[in-house]
Amino acid sequence: MTFFRQTGAIFWKDLLTEYRTKDSLTSMLMFGLLVILMFHFAFEPDSLETERYGPGLLWMTFIFAGILGMNRAFASERENDSLQALKLAPVSWGAIYLGKMLANLLFMLLAEAVMLACFTVFFNFDLIPRLGWMSAIVLLGTLGFASVGTILAAVSMNTRMNDVMLPVLLLPIALPVVIGAVESTSAIFTDPPGEALGFWVKFLVVFNIVFVTLPLLLFEYVLEE
Amino acid sequence: MKPLAWTTCAAMLLSLYGVFLFAPTEATMGEVQRIFYFHVSSAWVSFLGIFFVFVYSVRFLSKRDRELDTKALAAAEVGSVFATIVMITGPLWAKPVWGIWWTWDARLTSAFVLWLIYLGYLMLRRLVESPEQRARLSAVFGVLGAVDAPIVYMSNRWFRTQHPSPVIAGGEGSGLNTEMRMVLYFTFLALVLLFVYLWRMRYELEHAQEDLESLQRQARLQEAL
Amino acid sequence: MVRLEKVEKWFGRTSALQGVDLVVQPGEFLVFLGRNGAGKSTLLRVVARLIKPNSGRVEVCGIDVLRHPEAGREKLGFVAHGSYLYRSLTAFENLQFFAKLYGLRNAADRILTALSWVGLKESAHRRVEGFSRGMQQRLSIARATLHEPQVLLLDEPFSGLDLEAAELLGEWLRHFVAGGRTLLMATHDLEQGLSAARRWALIDRGGIVEEFAASDLEARERYKRFLKVRRRDVL
Repeated sequence: MTFFRQTGAIFWKDLLTEYRTKDSLTSMLMFGLLVILMFHFAFEPDSLETERYGPGLLWMTFIFAGILGMNRAFASERENDSLQALKLAPVSWGAIYLGKMLANLLFMLLAEAVMLACFTVFFNFDLIPRLGWMSAIVLLGTLGFASVGTILAAVSMNTRMNDVMLPVLLLPIALPVVIGAVESTSAIFTDPPGEALGFWVKFLVVFNIVFVTLPLLLFEYVLEE
Repeated sequence: MKPLAWTTCAAMLLSLYGVFLFAPTEATMGEVQRIFYFHVSSAWVSFLGIFFVFVYSVRFLSKRDRELDTKALAAAEVGSVFATIVMITGPLWAKPVWGIWWTWDARLTSAFVLWLIYLGYLMLRRLVESPEQRARLSAVFGVLGAVDAPIVYMSNRWFRTQHPSPVIAGGEGSGLNTEMRMVLYFTFLALVLLFVYLWRMRYELEHAQEDLESLQRQARLQEAL
Repeated sequence: MVRLEKVEKWFGRTSALQGVDLVVQPGEFLVFLGRNGAGKSTLLRVVARLIKPNSGRVEVCGIDVLRHPEAGREKLGFVAHGSYLYRSLTAFENLQFFAKLYGLRNAADRILTALSWVGLKESAHRRVEGFSRGMQQRLSIARATLHEPQVLLLDEPFSGLDLEAAELLGEWLRHFVAGGRTLLMATHDLEQGLSAARRWALIDRGGIVEEFAASDLEARERYKRFLKVRRRDVL
């Protein structure tokens, strides 16, 4: 019980800081809007092409925006060394991971919801009838990405070039998530939904089970001094 | 060391004989197909390398013995050499046979991702200052990367089954006669020996370097007193 | 009370702590003196289990810290260079967050008491980013002591403190020791270390070289000379 109370405290603290500064959200959203603009001029897609390339582009935007946000995740903890205060509190270090991961997850989901709305408007994505499946896929894909991303953000925070290191470490590891998310998103854009949908959703679930558990076990080694 | 060195040497010579003289020339691809024995064996060895990294990273995290970290480092360096061989021999083989340098088939893509994981691991090591922290953080990344590697492979295979690629033959062993198969397995064995030999050389070198550094420290101390 | 038994920390051939044995009783104020890199900070971090020693036993108030780090940390306070504050939160929110992590009862009352003690009651609901350096330092002292630790670890606590904050901290330390609790402080500044404590331990190359009492004037002179030896020599 203490574990979840403490996780909650850290999660809430991150929410409050983000609400005050809006650092992560603004950077993610600006990035997303710029990608949409660039996409239009780079490809000038018609509706058929949008359907074909949309899911991939959507996830590319999510992933790179997510990296921007994730790089900020430990910035507030470094400022006055406050990560050390978290480590010194009677808190399981796994709770620090979980709290920060859930906060990252929420920020990414919020940014993604806005980006998704923009895609719908700018490219006439026919999203509304598929909203249920879409939310599930976005949630699963983002969870996998945020869980690996949070621990690797903590790892790269200790290196000399931390903003470069995060994508270098994270993208190869997160590739299965990208594949699973893009494939299942493509599947819901065909009518009726492709049979691959169920398979890739299950794949994402399995990936998430592995890559939420593993960082929980490994995080204490990252924080040790 | 000596017996291993001689065995490796003999096995390598024998496998050269097998690849160039014993194995029959492939009917459609011709002589260039002989690169296949090295290409495929190196790919297997590079997966063996990441398995070594996994084992020694886990053992390091539980025992905190620097020697185990050195072994993980050596496995990653030698493994990355084999992964690089895969990346070079792949296009060399593909270009004359299929007329393209690269194809995103499951095995090549997984090898590519594995290569990136190796590079990330080695880059991470260069960017962390303190030896103890370097060992811990790279062990964490080593575990994540090694668990990810088979998942990457499987996700690529499933991805491919739904997006059939135009070229490239079927499974690993298909279209091979008994002699070819024998040569392939023997080359693999020879490369495993080479891997183990290089790995041991590498970590003994690292040991010697640590010895040297500690002697230098002592000498400086003597001088100062 | 803090007890260390045969604590060793090494990595490869570099050794950070070599078999440290130490008992610090309640009501005692022990200062670790030593040059930079001698192992003072490492020792404090081992007590807080921020660093995991390779072997040995560490006890805080009878709790085995290596087995139950969380229970041990509940008894500990730690003051170092960082203020550990979040700039975008208010003074009150900062303390509230840590109160939640420590699971403190009637947190609001305690926070207000702590804030008025450091003279920040009026600024309780202002964000820390608008605070002066001195105010931040006072708030960080309130933060470190909010959960009323039994054992306080100080890592060069006076470096960078302004006069007012230093006095506040000094006053609180005297009060703390008088209340029968345990203080461990690491410093390379001889004068500060000497004025505050009754018992000193000289740390060099990861071990306790010698312990001496505050009244031993001869030892003082000896260690003044010792600490002046250049830092390069120990590396």
